[in-house]
This record gives sequence, structure tokens and C-alpha cells, in this order.
Amino acid sequence: MNQPKLIESQLDPRHAIIDEICAAGEPWVKVVKQGQTFRIVDLEGNQAVDTLFFNAHNALERYSVTDTIRAQNKLYLTTDSKLCSNFGKVMLTIVADTCGRHDTLGGACAAESNTVRYALEKYPMHSCRDNFLHALAHDSTCHQLHMSKRDLPNNINFFMNVPVTEEGRLEFDDGISAPGKYVEMRAEMDVLVLISNCPQLNNPCNAYNPTPIQLLVWDQRSN
Amino acid sequence: MNQPNTLIWKQTIPGGCHWSGIIRRGTTLRMTDVDGGANAAVLLFNQEEKLERYNMADTLKSQHTFRLTKGHACHSDMGRIFCCITADTAGWNDTVCGLSDADLTQQKYGTARYQEHRNQMFRSGLDGMLIELGKWGLDMRDITSNINFFSKVTTDASGELTFQAGNSKAGDYVDLSFVMNTLVVLSTAPHPLDPKTSYQPGAVNLEVFDTPPEAITECLHISENTRALKNTQHFYCGGKNESA
Repeated sequence: MNQPKLIESQLDPRHAIIDEICAAGEPWVKVVKQGQTFRIVDLEGNQAVDTLFFNAHNALERYSVTDTIRAQNKLYLTTDSKLCSNFGKVMLTIVADTCGRHDTLGGACAAESNTVRYALEKYPMHSCRDNFLHALAHDSTCHQLHMSKRDLPNNINFFMNVPVTEEGRLEFDDGISAPGKYVEMRAEMDVLVLISNCPQLNNPCNAYNPTPIQLLVWDQRSN
Repeated sequence: MNQPNTLIWKQTIPGGCHWSGIIRRGTTLRMTDVDGGANAAVLLFNQEEKLERYNMADTLKSQHTFRLTKGHACHSDMGRIFCCITADTAGWNDTVCGLSDADLTQQKYGTARYQEHRNQMFRSGLDGMLIELGKWGLDMRDITSNINFFSKVTTDASGELTFQAGNSKAGDYVDLSFVMNTLVVLSTAPHPLDPKTSYQPGAVNLEVFDTPPEAITECLHISENTRALKNTQHFYCGGKNESA
């Protein structure tokens, strides 16, 4: 059985220094400083939140799925999981999680992968990679870090449930998230957060209905 | 299965070393584990546009698999197939554990410098990849989740990983039948989860031969692969005989 570590946070949203809504299907970019706490809330349930982290001062250092999996010898993320960089450093630590399991393997949807997974005609549909590239084209911090498609590795899918069997099959199971579930992490370095609030309309995992998420950041001493 | 009766070239990569080169569409790269227990870490790039690269997530989710073996294809991030796995005598190739780096190598095996050990020095998978990538103008940004051929890592229901020693025996081989002109970057350093305490990475033989007719139909029982092959044919402006 899965052993999710369900831990609630003591932080009060009224004391957050950032409290924003990211609409369904939109990108979101923000710098979270070392020591700050960052929360993602799945407002309506089973929303995939495709997320990447970069060293806010050097985009060459970025979230790495292989380093993260190796550091804990585990495929899934929950409370106490350390999100590691391609330089082997801990970027963030998950400190609270009311969902219990987050995916590291499914990556982001893209126009091109939609043609493979669903049908060649799906190419024009909005996708997570379009969101990432839109953000890279418009966000001033991404500009300063000279970021491009080359800097986009495989991402985390918060709130998604993608179990792997002992025989090596990858399943896309029904979500285990629900309205109001959240995951919260402490930044161990200054990180640039790059999110695509997934616009996928072909996959039953979100009931074909992308929904908004809430993003909060607390300063070290805000509670 | 495929016989290398049209051998174009062959080369041995000793354990711990690294190699890169272009493998043309229509040819097959056979990697053979010479002594058993080897690991071949591999990254793939489109020769014409190296921003297009092997994508672990797209490969796994389009084929609903965590392991790669015969019948699977290696997908790019642009909805195309680099190669089909047309033979795999060991049966499992790891997709998620990445590369050993200098720190891991030092912690596990100690230090063996060039000054004392010459070409028996300990080399890490990451450093080997970076050297090969550098030859093509690529760098750390181009390193994403690689395939570890010959290595088997399983997971239980909680997601805990186990390295399964003994997956690949002496003489086991994997055939990659390419449908794109592909830059292949390879390291034979130890798998990062290999529990062996001494640094004894195995050698890998490379052989390239013409892909036998119909060989790639092996992976077309997955309809996602058929669509990705169609995208590949479009890239090369044709649909005829692209599979050969």
C-alpha cells in the first residue's frame, strides 16, 4: 500500500505575503526566497499542477526528477520529500501535504505529445508546454536568466496519481486529490517557480475539466 | 531476430568510458553486454535540431510503461520516435534513475585518479555525458532523464525502488532500430543504484547494421507508436519505406 504522509500546515492564509489564484489552463511564475514557504491548493479537486523549479540566480540548476527519485529511493512525493536539483542539491522540502501522493513521471502535455497520445488532429489544443513557453517569452525573471525550451526538463505533477506496478506498468489512476487539498514546501534556496495549471481536455484524470488553483507564500516569520 | 549480416561498423566501449555518434535512420545499433552486469546510460537527440531530445515522460506515458523492452519505442519531446527496441534479451531497461556523478562515485568507490591508475581511473556517468555532449555544442542543460540499458529497477506499491542485480548476463543485447538520424550519447559508468562496492563497470560492444525489413513493426502494436511514426515520416517529407 501507498504510505502517504498526511500532514496539515499550521500557517494562516491571512498572514501570507502572496495569495493568488491561477485560473484553469494558465501559467504562473514567481520567485520564492530561501526560508519562505510555498503552498499550492487544489481548489476544486484533481487538477494537475505541472511544476518546475529553477535556481533563481542560475537556471542551469533546476529540478531534476532523477536526482529527486534517487535521493529518497522513491517514485512518489509526499511530506518530507526533498525536491532535488540536477546539481544534487535540495531545492525545496515538502513540509505539509493533505493529498498524500504526487507524480514525478508523467511530465507535461504538449501539442506534439497530444498528437501521439490521442490523435494527430489534437495538435491545436492548448497544452502545458505552450504555457511554459509563453511564460519564458513574457516573464522578466525568465528573460534575465536567459531561459529557453532547452531549460525545460520533466516536471512534477502535483495532485496527480500515476502508480507504477511491480511488473513495470504505468497506470493513470483516478485522482486521490479533492477540493481544498494542498501541498506545502519550504524553499531551501531562492527558486523560480514555473507552473502550468494543466489545460488538458483529453484525459479523464481531471474529469475533462481543468480548474483554478491557489498559490500562497509565507515569509519565515509570518506566523 | 535481427542478424547483423550487414555489419557497417563495430566498436567496444570499456566499462566506465563514454562515446557519442550519429546513427542513421534505417540502421540498427546493437549494444551487447560483454561480461554481464554492464550499464549503458543513453541520451538521444535529433541530429538536425538538437533541441529535440529523448523525453522520458512522453516515452513512458504514451506506452503506459515504466520499463523499456522489445516492442517499445524511444520518443522525442516533439511527438516523434528516435528508435524502436527490436530486440532485448535481458528484458528490462531502467528509465528513471539517471546518472552516477563524481560525488556518488567517490562516496561509493573511493578515489582512483589518472595519476595512479591511468585509464583505469574512476569515471562518473554524468562527467562522461558532459564530455560527449561538449563535442556537439551541448551541455548540462541538455541532460534530461536518460535510459539505463541492461539495468533493472523495480518499484513496490509505496514507490520504493529496488535495483535487481543480475538482470543482464554476458552476451545479452539490445537492438535499437533508428527511424531518425540520431545523435546517441552513451556512458558505461556504473548504474547509480548498483550496490556493488567495487568499481567494475562492464564493457559494452556496439555494432551497427542495416535494419532488416519489417523489423520495426515490432513496436507498432501500440497505436501511439504508429502515430509517432507518422509524425516522424512527416519530418522526413515522406511516408514510403520510412520504416525500413
